[in-house]
Amino acid sequence: MAPRKVSTAARARTAKSKAASTLSLHPGALVSVRGLTPERTRAILQLADKLETQDVFERAKRLRKRRVALLFYESSTRTRTSFELAAKSLGADTTLVSALSSSIEKGESLKDTGITLKALGAECIILRSPYSGAPYLLAKSTGLPVLNAGDGMHEHPSQALLDLRTMLRFLGIKAARLSPTALKGVTVTICGDILHSRVARSNALLLPTLGAQVIFCGPMPLLPDLAANIGPGVSVERNFEAALRRSQIVMMLRIQAERLAGLKIDLDDYKQHYQANSERVAACAPKALIMHPGPIIRGLEITSEVADGPQSAIAEQVHHGLAIRMALLAQALDKSKQRTRA
Amino acid sequence: MKPILIRGGRVIDPAASLDGRYDVLLVNGKVAAVEPAGKLKQKDAEAIDAAGLIVAPGLIDIHVHLREPGQGYKETIASGTAAAAAGGFTTVCAMPNTIPVNDSPEITAWMLAPERGAAIRVFPIGAATVGSMGEKLTDYLALKKTGVVGVTDDGKPILGDAIMHETLKAATKAGLPVIQHAEDTRMTGGCSMNAGPLAFRLGLRGMPVEAESSLVERDISLVRKVKGAHLHVAHLSTKKALDAVNAARAEGLNVTCEVAPHHFVLNEERVGDYDTHAKMNPPLRAEADRLAMVAGILEGRVDCIATDHAPHAAHEKEQEFERAPNGITGLETALGLTLASLHREHGMPIDCVLAMLTSRPAQVLSLSGRGTLAVGSFADVVLFDPEEKWAFRAQDSRSKSKNTPFDGWTMHGRVQMTISEGRIVYRR
Repeated sequence: MAPRKVSTAARARTAKSKAASTLSLHPGALVSVRGLTPERTRAILQLADKLETQDVFERAKRLRKRRVALLFYESSTRTRTSFELAAKSLGADTTLVSALSSSIEKGESLKDTGITLKALGAECIILRSPYSGAPYLLAKSTGLPVLNAGDGMHEHPSQALLDLRTMLRFLGIKAARLSPTALKGVTVTICGDILHSRVARSNALLLPTLGAQVIFCGPMPLLPDLAANIGPGVSVERNFEAALRRSQIVMMLRIQAERLAGLKIDLDDYKQHYQANSERVAACAPKALIMHPGPIIRGLEITSEVADGPQSAIAEQVHHGLAIRMALLAQALDKSKQRTRA
Repeated sequence: MKPILIRGGRVIDPAASLDGRYDVLLVNGKVAAVEPAGKLKQKDAEAIDAAGLIVAPGLIDIHVHLREPGQGYKETIASGTAAAAAGGFTTVCAMPNTIPVNDSPEITAWMLAPERGAAIRVFPIGAATVGSMGEKLTDYLALKKTGVVGVTDDGKPILGDAIMHETLKAATKAGLPVIQHAEDTRMTGGCSMNAGPLAFRLGLRGMPVEAESSLVERDISLVRKVKGAHLHVAHLSTKKALDAVNAARAEGLNVTCEVAPHHFVLNEERVGDYDTHAKMNPPLRAEADRLAMVAGILEGRVDCIATDHAPHAAHEKEQEFERAPNGITGLETALGLTLASLHREHGMPIDCVLAMLTSRPAQVLSLSGRGTLAVGSFADVVLFDPEEKWAFRAQDSRSKSKNTPFDGWTMHGRVQMTISEGRIVYRR
């Protein structure tokens, strides 16, 4: 037997199939942050800066009358509203399709829903789905640039980008300076229900491409040891206070009750060890930026004092979402225009 | 039925340790003679020139889902057996997870009726429990009398300790093997791929290796209590479970196992960007487990290869990964993949490879007179060109369903003719 030879052959096969499936996505699609090189990340953040400061009437010409569909199979406040406002700021027409008020309720498949939206003129679809990987299916079925607005436990790329923008402002780093080493020496702790969090995955895959270290923190059932294998620059630390002491930035996550699937969590015990409260933050991370992608459950993973306190960037994160999503939409539709012409 | 004389081929009959230039004469659905090339004469026979081809016993697949009764849109007994014939198979064993479940002599008889249009021999496997609900045993003696060759609740496990114990006792009394889909479903709720770092990154819930191995271990502990019992582990996929099977064998217990081609050819990386053609149960495993399956086969610790041919309609597979059904087709790719992987890549002698698809599966389910070219056995023969390279195309498949991860793969070795009980059922 020659196991080494075997594994190479198998890898070659999977590599071939992977390349093929990635190539079939529209260049303006954003399904996973794994498709983001530091250059692409920088381009998105620079475009966000530009669009944010542009004259509002000028800006509204950019995607004038272009059609953007928001397809939401899960509830959402922040993401949906900010994508919608971002599209409208650029002059696009938007339409919202949500699971409870559409033919999805009658059993229409994701593929058919996508084909229908495309037939109605949608040039870009923003998808939120409870199923991991659903955006790949939609992108392949429609050939449209699909923007992943959160898929199951997989990823939430626009959230990671707006989180990055928030961090850069805090650190005083300009988007133009983004490079593979721009965040060297920066440690970000992500604490809470890592297992079920698409925000955690997208951040943990994105931040190390820019040189940051990511610490996952949480109790065993919500944070399996193998989470550290998600990519380079990621480690697991069970002791929240130890993680806080090493971090310039702390991101708290809520426990996703809807995805626990029978998992039992002792909430008192959880709060005792993993809650971001004033005493703990003052003692271990008095200068750190405190972030949270929302929705926050006050009194559980974070106390009101911390969420509303001077170190909190929670509202600022939401604000950055608008600029980031304008940039993603502009890119998605600019690229599709180029493609049609070519 | 006209006699058939197959001349000039390289005859490989692993059961008889035969490998050389022989002519094979088939008369009245049986093997009438196997003699050195040029010795046999039969005036009224259809002569088949097998020069350059390997002539072997027809292949046997003891694990297929033919979907009838109830799901003819995925596959019928006619289409599934046509695909099998094209893949070189002359015998398939049909799993009972049909709609309704094959838990009665009536359904078994319906499946075996000539109206179903089977191209090759079909042996049904009966449900171990009524409706495969895991509560009440079916009538094993009556099922056996109608033609079933084993009992199983495949698609799901026989989970409860007490009901599995009862199943083993009753099956042993009836002289039937118990085929277990070894999955502790208490550990796999909501799971859609192998547990591990990749499942974590993809945000998919993972099935741990232990979900398979712990049930195999539980079953072995029950086999110890039932004298003469035969446990066969279906679609085994993990090193841990394979080790348990072989430890049981060393103890003298009658425990056997099969491995599917996709479990020794592919690993979990094939899931890629959520390709539902890489979704099956048990799931594609980590590379170490895949290598353990290869090693297990090479070392003779695996009893046979079985495809777990599981056809599904395109619209069922074109869904979100977690919603898509489990399974892939396998009948037309089994020989090509097995030759490419085990023979060409790993140097397993071709007669040993063929044994895994002929004599050994016949032995596992006691299919007498099959899996060999011995005089007097059924005239089940496959002729294939071991050198021919060809691209498998799912759209050309004879199965009603095209759910395969091997679309476009280059195969090395191609079936030229399949003969089932003396009738030519496939000819290129």
